Amino acid sequence: MNSLHLEFDVAGNNFVSAGSASNEVKSTLKKLGTDPAVIRRVAVAMYEGEINMVIHAGGGRALVDIFEDRIKIVLADKGPGIADIELAMQEGYSTAPDAIREQGFGAGMGLPNMKRYSDEFDIQSKVNEGTTVTLSVYF
Amino acid sequence: MKIREIVEILDAKVCCGEDLLDLDIRSACASDMMSDVLAFLKDQALLLSGLCNPQVVRTADMMDIRCIALVRGKTPTPDMMELAKERGIAILSSRMRMYNACGRLYEAGLKAGDHDV
Repeated sequence: MNSLHLEFDVAGNNFVSAGSASNEVKSTLKKLGTDPAVIRRVAVAMYEGEINMVIHAGGGRALVDIFEDRIKIVLADKGPGIADIELAMQEGYSTAPDAIREQGFGAGMGLPNMKRYSDEFDIQSKVNEGTTVTLSVYF
Repeated sequence: MKIREIVEILDAKVCCGEDLLDLDIRSACASDMMSDVLAFLKDQALLLSGLCNPQVVRTADMMDIRCIALVRGKTPTPDMMELAKERGIAILSSRMRMYNACGRLYEAGLKAGDHDV
């Protein structure tokens, strides 16, 4: 089966460019003729992931594979890791600083939103080593 | 409701997207928290916000929102304008406060969307 592979560096501490990788994935899916409602779910899930990496991890890598029936996105960072994943997955729980909240994020909705819009969602994290989120959305 | 009517109701300035004024807007949402906007995925076409940074445009773009109305007299930064132009999004600037702006649009018939709560 043919698949399309894309890789992105998500720059840390660059709030202005956060979202550019998601934007590119969105444009690619549009060109492939994917259902707009599905594109929106993918774009938002990946965008939240990018924002998370910028806020918490000093950036990271996004690996995207587009298959015939689904898109798989791996967001990997070498940030501080998450000690309590269950807590981090709760809506409204956030460790983001006030400066981030003033930017419109840090409401504790990032990970829950990512899970909400994915068909498959997995998060692996080790304190002081980093976090990897893998999510898939079926077309 | 066309964007030009929204401009009139909010007594707003069109900062960019003059070519989009005849676009039909059927639903709206309002928040200063972008994560909250992103939590409710539905067919919204207008985002009212008092937040003024490029992430407002990014959020709108991810959600296929075509018009941003900045309230409380906020004016878009050059990088917001650039991104909005690139993504085909209109930005309006109104001196109204959020509650007032939402109320006037709602009264004029612009509702929240497909599953109003």
